[in-house]
Amino acid sequence: MSPRKQTAGAKTPVGPVRTVEPGHIFQMYRKMLEIRECEDQLNTAFSKNLFPGYIHSYLGQEACAVGVCSALRDDDYIVTTHRGRGHYLAKGMALTPMICEMFGKANGICGGRGGEMHAADPALGILGGNGIVGGGIPYATGAAYSAVLNGSDQVAVAFFGEGASNQGSFHEAMNLAAAWNLPLLFVCENNLYAEMTPFSASSRQVDVARRAEGYGIPGEVVDGNDVLAVYAAAEAAVARARSGAGPTLLELKTYRYGGHFQGDPCHYRTREEEAEWRARDPLIRLHAHILSQNLSSESELDSWREDQKAQVAAAIEVALSSPDPDPNEALSFVYAS
Amino acid sequence: MTMKNYCWALIDAINEEMARDPDVFLAGEDVAAAGGAFGGSRGLLAAHGPLRVRDTPISEEVIVGLGVGAAMTGKRPIVEIMFMDFFGLCMDQIVNQAAKMHYLYQGAFKMPMVIRTMTAVEMGIGPHHSQSLEAWVGHVPGLKVVMPSTPRDAKGLMKSAIRDDNPVVFIENLALHKIKEDIEDEEFLIPLGKADIKRAGRDVTVVATGLMVHKALAAAEILSQEGIEIEVIDPRTISPLDVDTIVASVRKTNRALVVTSAHKPFGLASEVAAQIMDHAFYDLDVPVARLTPPFTPQPFGKGFEAFLHPDKASIVAAVRELMA
Repeated sequence: MSPRKQTAGAKTPVGPVRTVEPGHIFQMYRKMLEIRECEDQLNTAFSKNLFPGYIHSYLGQEACAVGVCSALRDDDYIVTTHRGRGHYLAKGMALTPMICEMFGKANGICGGRGGEMHAADPALGILGGNGIVGGGIPYATGAAYSAVLNGSDQVAVAFFGEGASNQGSFHEAMNLAAAWNLPLLFVCENNLYAEMTPFSASSRQVDVARRAEGYGIPGEVVDGNDVLAVYAAAEAAVARARSGAGPTLLELKTYRYGGHFQGDPCHYRTREEEAEWRARDPLIRLHAHILSQNLSSESELDSWREDQKAQVAAAIEVALSSPDPDPNEALSFVYAS
Repeated sequence: MTMKNYCWALIDAINEEMARDPDVFLAGEDVAAAGGAFGGSRGLLAAHGPLRVRDTPISEEVIVGLGVGAAMTGKRPIVEIMFMDFFGLCMDQIVNQAAKMHYLYQGAFKMPMVIRTMTAVEMGIGPHHSQSLEAWVGHVPGLKVVMPSTPRDAKGLMKSAIRDDNPVVFIENLALHKIKEDIEDEEFLIPLGKADIKRAGRDVTVVATGLMVHKALAAAEILSQEGIEIEVIDPRTISPLDVDTIVASVRKTNRALVVTSAHKPFGLASEVAAQIMDHAFYDLDVPVARLTPPFTPQPFGKGFEAFLHPDKASIVAAVRELMA
């Protein structure tokens, strides 16, 4: 989908209005473009059977990963989910080894062992994706506790969806983090559907953020399609965590353009609902903001998009021409020696 | 040498390793202020402070998760799950997270964590505190599983487990907590994956774990008076299993009995029998025998445990049958 073509649909401006350096806004926009292009082109490649497994698309949720990770340092930790590519890229993972992993190739970031739901980079504090809904949240507490034991001001972020907020792991982790005052952000991207079941069918409470009250920590609902709003909320929560004031639960209201996975017919939701959310597209809104503030020109923004498109295409070309793993490699790394 | 019981030998091991390496910490239910629900961490809070010896909520999944994340980021956590029966609450973190991180990310993360837990088999505490579930974790690649039967083994194996870069499930036996043994005062380690011959013998190899080691040794005394000398082998580590020591013994004795507190189906007794078949089939004079409790949950009332579990007499009988 082209952000430019849909500019007219940008009914809701970005906000709140606060001073963010144009250079920082541009970085966020370019990162969102990278994720958008990555997801678009991977969907296309998957539909042509160019790689095996599944695709859990991040399309539509780009502002969540980018807004939060823009408030983090390289040495902060993130733990993510089966829908983690946005987080990997936003935290700085290199595009080509990540895409090669999606294709299960030998030069993938996990040597083809992980596939679409798993990637990590210790140097960037990326502590992995997960095939288990809610499986990552508990160990985010351990990363945060390492920071406490080291006396550092690092923070950890657990990304998850509203579906995972019904797992016991979420509640156990939030309670521990609150009781121990851990430097941990719980970031719930509420895209309204837990796999194929609407959140309204599995929770009487419509706002996940309100669950924070039960644990005595701040919880905040944020427009997850407004990258500057996400960034502002994350920055404040990160500052609280770094200062020793403990965890925060952020609920980012957003929408998953694709289904649970690529190929899901989405018969459980309406085309009207999809159109409403596409009118609030995070890229279109930031694009409109940049132009309305005269921060950049349409032609420059176009050139960035073309640039990201070309980089993703080149990475996919690399993946297509890369070797599969040597099956004998399956026997290595079972144990650390 | 100092006389130590099994429980204090474990406390000594953890205390020494915490003093040696500031990255080691202990977290679990009642481990700090209470000194352990069964006294297994007495004195550690005072010695190492509240950040490194920490009480957790009763939240098994996040207790293990705490260890996983801390291990991935450079710490050497010991996380305690009070009874192994509670593993049902935290198996995702053990099986899907801890066990696979090193493999999945090709060694980018090490997972130096100990999951300290306990079986209270034959302690009369009923169906949710008495199970011997080592097969659950022995089946999972990436995990190591330790199950010591003596104070000295407990200490040396715990120190090795803490220094190991893999997730180690360390199963204590509550029924053995008060047994005593002279332990050297100098530092020592016992390597993971190495069985110990608790009693040498020529006639029958008896592989036993945990509480059953002591029952097998008692049976050996009776059998010896009949002229039957059994060789009692304690694997000490369930995974990796020291197959070489077991097979070497069977090649000598040509007969084997495996005795465990765990059930037969898919369990350690069956695995040891299969390993002997794989490596020493033609050395066997008779089929490998397995002596275990029947395939039932553990009921509470007096008399049930004695009825269900192998004892000295049933081990003697099983050995006599192999010799017949």
